[in-house]
Amino acid sequence: MSRWGRKAPTTVTDPRAAAEQASPATSGGRERGATSARRLTRKALTANESWTIIALIIIMAFFEIKRPGEFLTATNLSLVAENASPYLVMAVGQTFVILTAGIDLSVGSVLILSSVVSDEYYVHHGSGAGGWLTVIIGTVIGIVVAGAWGSIQGFLASKAKIPPLIATLGGFGAALGVSYLITGGTDLPAPPGPLDHTIGQGSVAGVPWLIVISFLITLVFGLVLAYTRFGRYTYAIGSNPEAGRRAGIAVDRHLIKVYALAGALSGGAGVLSLGLDNGTVITGHSIDNLTVITGVVLGGASLFGGRGSMLGTFIGIFIPQVLNSGLEIMQVNEYWQQVAVGIVLVAAVYLDQFRRRLQDST
Amino acid sequence: MAEPLLEARGVSKRYGNVLALDGANFTVLPGEVVAMIGDNGAGKSTLVKTLSGAIRPDDGQILIDGKPVRMTSPLDARVHGIETVYQDLALAPDLDAAANLHLGRELYRFRALQFLHVLNRPAMRQRAVTAFAELGVKLPDVTAPVGTMSGGQRQSVAVARAVLYASKVIFMDEPTAALGVVQRERVLDTIRRVRDRGIAVVLISHNMPEVLAVADRVEVMRMGRRVAIYTTSQTSVEELVGAMTGALEVSAEPGAGPSADGGGPAAEDGASRSGNQDAKPADGATGSQA
Repeated sequence: MSRWGRKAPTTVTDPRAAAEQASPATSGGRERGATSARRLTRKALTANESWTIIALIIIMAFFEIKRPGEFLTATNLSLVAENASPYLVMAVGQTFVILTAGIDLSVGSVLILSSVVSDEYYVHHGSGAGGWLTVIIGTVIGIVVAGAWGSIQGFLASKAKIPPLIATLGGFGAALGVSYLITGGTDLPAPPGPLDHTIGQGSVAGVPWLIVISFLITLVFGLVLAYTRFGRYTYAIGSNPEAGRRAGIAVDRHLIKVYALAGALSGGAGVLSLGLDNGTVITGHSIDNLTVITGVVLGGASLFGGRGSMLGTFIGIFIPQVLNSGLEIMQVNEYWQQVAVGIVLVAAVYLDQFRRRLQDST
Repeated sequence: MAEPLLEARGVSKRYGNVLALDGANFTVLPGEVVAMIGDNGAGKSTLVKTLSGAIRPDDGQILIDGKPVRMTSPLDARVHGIETVYQDLALAPDLDAAANLHLGRELYRFRALQFLHVLNRPAMRQRAVTAFAELGVKLPDVTAPVGTMSGGQRQSVAVARAVLYASKVIFMDEPTAALGVVQRERVLDTIRRVRDRGIAVVLISHNMPEVLAVADRVEVMRMGRRVAIYTTSQTSVEELVGAMTGALEVSAEPGAGPSADGGGPAAEDGASRSGNQDAKPADGATGSQA
């Protein structure tokens, strides 16, 4: 009886209670131990990050086997992480947005906008000759403009009740347009030395600055997400906005803050990309939004909101990057890289559905 | 008799052409379970939303401890010690029981980092465990997402949340509608236990045997107003259904209020209804009732 009860858990409203009621009657302790072991396994299988970590390890192992000593080297991994750093910073903001059941398609364009306005400031303040103070002022300008852009999108998506997909699609096009208007379509030159050489190419204790900064940002906002009221409300709103409203959460105001944060982080990524690419690359970020959303979703965040974590995003964002790098080392035609990332994304979401079913039958 | 804890006097609410509440009265006495019954569209939900601050009435008064109050949001109602268990429970399925219990009322730690609002998760978990234990609710794991729980367990979380914060009145909108027989009994037990703690419970229900089993009094709504008041011990399912549907013409009883001696049915008949409308219940007519 108890076996049957657990084999077909969907047939009882509360299988755990049913199992617990049934097991002492049949064979007591041993059954109970088996149940808890199974529960632990299930918990690991349903943990948001497990699948992502496993996938990343498999991919890395695959490349290591195929090209021993080429892929898994400190230099290559550091390069992967450096190139991933602007994506990682954007993905941090995107995680908050997706957790609220929203989406931000504008991230790549806002990155460009921020890099353009801050580089415009640098151009007028000595370009490559500028010092740290110039760098900091330009950074603040970029982040503030991007944050303001994000908050407008947040206002449209919450108060004006425009679906986030549309509000940020509009913002995506408009931010790119504004960037072209400012620059006239010509990329701006390299930023001041401290940003270009120190942050863009330099290292601290052997670790490139770009990695240090982007990992720190991820850590800080990961803590905010997991341990503060801001994070809790983000999950709550994505899970059930009406429940949040009735609990007294100012839902619209919180959404505006979340989109503003996503904008500001894209702005930060824009400044980092100035250092990484020695200047603006206006045409280079048109599918950043897809890269970032792919990473966040691979990391286990649900597009329906309420589920996901910063650790998941951190791992998820590296999957496309690692794939690209590995396929490049294997000298696979670069267009196949995009195909591979697409397949991985769809497969990940399929696995996710499978996992959800497991979880919901717990 | 005890002074009413919460009272609606001549409350009206219009949605476009529909008059959802038509000078409705309602009374909650301290420490009682009062059932609000009525057919679909009788105005129960609207009246509950009015009393819990979710909507603002067009006309009429709400009194708490005999004093008129203005409630513009559910937060105002909360300040007055009024909590509501919504029919859809209003839980966030991805958050655990402890988080749902404290939603919008989180506990914090690290006072030095106050601006960050760092959650005090151990304290909230502890408080959740205590709250569930006090209600006799058994949850396998307060850290499991509420969405993975059974209907009865979710119900318990929503009720525990209301009980934790309510000091005066809890509204429960169809709390047993989605539950099985055993869980239904458990909810009714919980309602009694809440009442025994001195908190009044307003039970909105369609289920007559259930109402008779748990309520001390029954107030019947029909067509946007209260049409009858019964003491549970002196009424029957037939009588309640009759009053709800209008099949049973309830005898006139102008004093209209639970203080009218515990005896037979008290009712507000057609005559007093029109009287109410003429007199603009906000002032004259209701004043004389008090």
